[in-house]
Formats: sequence, structure tokens, C-alpha cells
Amino acid sequence: MTVQSYVDAYSAFTRDHGRNPAWLLPVRRAAIERFRERGFPTTHDEDWHFTSVAPIAGAEFAPMAGGGDVDLADLDALSFGQTGWTQLVFVNGRYTPELSSAGTLPRGVEVRSLAAALRDDVPLVRERLGSLAALGHDAFVALNTALFVDGAFVHIPANAIVEYPIHLLFVTDAGAASGVSHPRNLIVTGRNAQATIVESYAAVGDPVYFTNPVTEVAVAENAHITHLRMQRESERAFHVGTTQAHQARHSRYTSFSFATGGALSRMNIYTALAEPGAEVTLNGLYMADGSQHLDHQTRIEHIAPNCTSHEVYKGVLDGAAHAVFNGKVYVHPEAQKTDGKQTNNNLLLSPDAHVDTKPQLEIFADDVKCTHGATVGQLDEVALFYLRSRGLALEEAKTLLTYAFAADVVQRIDDLTVRAGLEALARERFVGPMPASVG
Amino acid sequence: MLEIKDLHAAIGDREILKGISLSVATGEVHAIMGPNGSGKSTLAQVLAGHPGYEVTRGSATYDGEDLLALPPEERAQKGLFLAFQYPVEIPGVTNAYFLRAAFNEIRKSRGQDEIDPMDFRDLVEERLRLVDMDPDMLSRAVNAGFSGGEKKRNEILQMAVLGPRLAILDETDSGLDIDALRVVAHGVNSLRRPDNATIVVTHYQRLLNYIVPDQVHVLAAGRIVRSGGKDLALELEAKGYDWLVDAAPASAPAGVAGAGV
Ligand SMILES: Nc1ncnc2c1ncn2[C@@H]1O[C@H](COP(=O)(O)OP(=O)(O)O)[C@@H](O)[C@H]1O
Ligand SMILES: [Mg+2]
Repeated sequence: MTVQSYVDAYSAFTRDHGRNPAWLLPVRRAAIERFRERGFPTTHDEDWHFTSVAPIAGAEFAPMAGGGDVDLADLDALSFGQTGWTQLVFVNGRYTPELSSAGTLPRGVEVRSLAAALRDDVPLVRERLGSLAALGHDAFVALNTALFVDGAFVHIPANAIVEYPIHLLFVTDAGAASGVSHPRNLIVTGRNAQATIVESYAAVGDPVYFTNPVTEVAVAENAHITHLRMQRESERAFHVGTTQAHQARHSRYTSFSFATGGALSRMNIYTALAEPGAEVTLNGLYMADGSQHLDHQTRIEHIAPNCTSHEVYKGVLDGAAHAVFNGKVYVHPEAQKTDGKQTNNNLLLSPDAHVDTKPQLEIFADDVKCTHGATVGQLDEVALFYLRSRGLALEEAKTLLTYAFAADVVQRIDDLTVRAGLEALARERFVGPMPASVG
Repeated sequence: MLEIKDLHAAIGDREILKGISLSVATGEVHAIMGPNGSGKSTLAQVLAGHPGYEVTRGSATYDGEDLLALPPEERAQKGLFLAFQYPVEIPGVTNAYFLRAAFNEIRKSRGQDEIDPMDFRDLVEERLRLVDMDPDMLSRAVNAGFSGGEKKRNEILQMAVLGPRLAILDETDSGLDIDALRVVAHGVNSLRRPDNATIVVTHYQRLLNYIVPDQVHVLAAGRIVRSGGKDLALELEAKGYDWLVDAAPASAPAGVAGAGV
């Protein structure tokens, strides 16, 4: 699809979505202008050096029309099987109340469709949507801003502690094949708020489509938000997603990116440590095989002094899969006493799999502690022999070591239900079901 | 039970075992001694099926079957167990899981069902007492962060749980203090039965005070240069290895006799 056809789609879209509040229209218009000027990034673009989006730029994707043939049984495999959770389900880009369920939420917590919140012109949405740093610079974010239809609006007010995770589940089915959706999520917190939010992208069947989500997360003073992002799209799908968090004083943002799907996918996980004492953890696990291309770019901006960032990403790659990890850490001149640690470890299960890993530290303050390290390796032959010498067949030994490699990072997830769910998915990704409690 | 004939093994183009012959019958304990670098671990690893060594000549049969034709896991399933000189750390896999997986693999290979988890728990607890280990180590990752002594005990625990027919202990005694050595020896002795056998690889005589061998073999530069009864170990203790190494067969290529000294 050419740039022009997105611009045409925009014209049609603004005719159809006249109900949007008036303040949003100039925001959308500026975004489509920016996209029209810049177009899709190319591999000459530093941020896209290892990932060509030509398959997305060159394909014809029509805006998804909503609807779809997804039922509750389809959701079993995509949710965590827990009652008590609030689960907002979006099918082919649109909120689907019949499939959603309200869990136990403290007073004042709002979890609802962003389209509905815009219809009601909720003040918080007006104040915060699109306010987080640098959203206009990226072509895909611009496209999302111009064309988003729906998504989730989550508000955790001051002092609210949400006990159960909130699941935002975006499902695409065969009815939306060759379609594109631009889900837009806004998560706003008050002081001391605590919540776990799981944001999932998945498919029923294996249609070809393009998902282009953007999630903004404002983490208020002393709030703690755990944010798990699960990219389990169809293996023929395209996915370019951006999460931008903004952290106030003494806030904690704990992010986990679990990515196993998509033919071509890119996950941008960005945070700005804007005030002193903020702490961020960005962890992730990606697993790919066949000809999948899976790219993570993380960016941690240390703006204020005395902030801490920890990052562990692990990758397991089989077949002819190609993964990219680019971990950027910017330490601004004022950000003294920054404590940053970044690790990226990759396990290659096949000689044709490959990974480009690029830690990127740019430090402009002098009193900081920043470390980074990246590894790319194969299964340890000595460990394989040890397991075999105890009676485990070669394949089983490989499976066990692969799982152990991946489980290490999953075990850093606090919520036990989410952790168990991801452990099971990690096992199944390469090995088929295995008994629990390996690690 | 185990019949090794003229076994030669190499890594790359470097020959390490240069014609080993050895016969172990059920109920027996054999000790293999020898200076560092003489090939003791290589022999143990070749018997366990380490894919890095190439057997260039000779044979090894186990209960009449060609041992060298089997992959390592099948050797284990048929009752061969090697306690590693350097046990391997497996981060991310708990001891409890590992023990049960190994135990069940061996059962499966014999057409048996997986063991009931509660029964297995009982078995492991009993075996933990045998090697005087803390049950807490079951929930720790295999050997990860274990001290040298803990690793050695963990090998004996695995052996005690899996109940092999032929156990090869590769320098299980090295690095153990005398109390730990007694515990390990007690464990090995209590697992002895008329239908199994043990090969104890050691550098030092002291373990053989506790695990009394039927035969002692001295390995030097890839060959057995002397075999005898348990008194041979005492003689080695008194005289060292040099007199045997120097007396190695004249057919040894130049330089080999001194290789391990
Ligand atoms: N992986 C290997 N690569 C090269 N040489 C090896 C390897 N393993 C053992 N060797 C060599 O083989 C010889 C015998 O080693 P080893 O069997 O470990 O002796 P021991 O256990 O008697 O001390 C030594 O000279 C050692 O350096
Ligand atoms: Mg040795």
C-alpha cells in the first residue's frame, strides 16, 4: 500500500468519524501530514537498519471494519483462564462487549473502550492522549494517530490498588484478512496507584493482516505499573507496535515483552524517566522460527537524576528466523547517579537462525553506573551430554535446556498466574507441553 | 558384565587411549588409578558415550551388547551411570525435576509407567538421607552455585536414585574432606548388590580404605600398565606412580611414558 493510499484512507476515515471530538481532528491531521511527508522508514534509517518494512509498505491493507467471527471458546487459548480479571476484548480492531468481562475493580478505576471515552469526551483523554514524548516522529505512530478507531482507556486513580491483572486482548480473525488496524491505548494513573496490565495481540487462524498499535502509559508519582505485552499474532501477520511510558517521581514501571508471532514484527518499548527516583524494568522473551523476523527496540531515557533501569531480554531462534534487539539508553546531562544495566542473551538452535543485537548507550552525565552485555550462543554441548548420560534423549535434553534458558527471564514476572501462563507458552513454542515445575 | 578389549580413543588426531583391556564381572569393584592426564576420565567418558571422543579401535561390550554403538541415553537407560569428575551446572532446571525426568526416562525405556510423584518424593527423601544432603537442594537448579563437595554428593544422590547396574565414579573423592568422603563411600557401599558393579576412578589411595576394590588397575599414558589386588593401591601410596610409569612397556612411543608426570 502506498503512502498515498493511507492518505486516501484518512480522508475517508475523517468523513466517517465526524463524531470524534473537535480537538482530536487537528492532531490527526498533523499526524497524517507528517506521515505523508516522511513515508515509511527504510533500512537507511538508523532505527530500522536491520528491519525492512518493505513487505508492509508494499502490501495492500484495507482498514478493518470490525465485526468478526470470534466466540468465547476461541478466547480460552488466548486468555489466562482466570476469573476476577477484567478482560476487554477487541475483535478486528473494535471493542466487543459480548466477549468482554468485568472483574473486581476498586472504586474509580475505569477500563473501557477508547472510542466510547472519546464519544463522551472524557477530560483525562483530552489532556493525555498523544501527549507523551516524541510520538510524532515515527511513521507508524503517526499513522496510528491519524487512523486509530478504538483501543482501551484505563484510568487507575490515586491510591487505587488493582489486585487482579487487567487484560486488553486484541484478536484478529480470518474475516479481517488483508486488513489493517491501529489500536490505540491510553493508560493513566494517579499517585500511588498499582496495577498489572496485560496487552495481548493474537489471531484466530492464520490470516495475513497488519496491526499497528500504540500504547501510552503515564505512571504517576510513586505509582507502580506492571505492563506485559504479548505479541502472539498469526505467523503470517505484520505487527509494528509502540509503547511509550512516562514516569514521574519514584514511580516504577515493570514491562515484559513476550513475542512469538508475526511474519514481520517490530516492538518498540520506550520509557522516559522524567523525575528523580523513578525505576524501570524492561524484560522480554522472544522466540521465533521458520522465516519469522522479530525486532525489538527499547529506549530508556534517563532525564532526571537518581533513576534506575534494568533490562534483560532473551531470544530463542530456530529455523531461518531473524531477530533484532536494539537497546538504547540515553543518559541526559542532568541525570547524575543513573544506575543502568542491560543484558541481551540469544540462543540459536539452528545454523540458519540469526540475530543482530546492538546495545546502544549514550551517556552525557559523568556520575553514572551503566553496564550492558550481549551474547549469542548455541546449546551447551557439555550440558547436553550430561543430561543424556542420565537417560534423557537428545531431543528432550535440547528441549529442557532451551526451556531453562527462556524460563530464567519469565521467572522474573511477579504475578504468578501470568508467569505460569507465559511458562506454558514458552514450553509450547518449541517443545510441546511439558510438565510444570521444571525451574 | 563389562568387557573392554584393546580400546583406542582419540580427540581430533590426538590419540588418548592406546589399547585398554579390562573385564568387570557383576558384584565386583574395580579401581582405576593413575597420574593426572593418563586418560582415566577419557576412559570414563568414552564408556558413557561422550560424542567428542572417537573410538578408533577395539570394543566394549556390556552384558554382551556392543556398548559403543549405543547413544549415551540408551547406555544410561540400560543401567550405566557416570559420576562426573566435573559435574555440569544446569541453570533453570531444578534438581527435583531433573531427577524425576531421568528416573522416568529410564522407566519408560523399560516399558514401565511413570512413577507416582508422591512415591518418588519418598524415594528421593530416603536417598537424600543416605548421602546426608539437605532436602532444600531439590529446589535448587542442578549444580548451579553448588560447592565442589555439594556437586560430588549430588552425583552420588543421582546414582542412588537411579540405581545403576554399572556405576563409574570419576574422582568423586577429590576435593572432599574426610567426613564427606566417608558419607560418599557409605552411600556407594550401601548401593552394592551382587548383580551390579562399580568402577572407582581415583588419584588417591585413601578412598579405597572405604570402598574396597577387588582389583586395582594403573593407567599411564593411555594404557593399563599394571593390574593387581587391593594391595597394589597401598604400594602406589607408598612408592608413587613413577616406578610404574617408568616401567611402562617398551613399545610405548617416545615421550609417552613421561606424559602424565
Ligand atoms: N577435550 C580434550 N581435548 C584435548 N585433549 C584432551 C581433552 N580431554 C582430555 N584431553 C587430554 O587427554 C589426556 C587425558 O586426559 P584425562 O582423560 O582427563 O586424564 P585423567 O582423567 O587421567 O587426568 C590429557 O593429556 C588431556 O590433556
Ligand atoms: Mg580425570
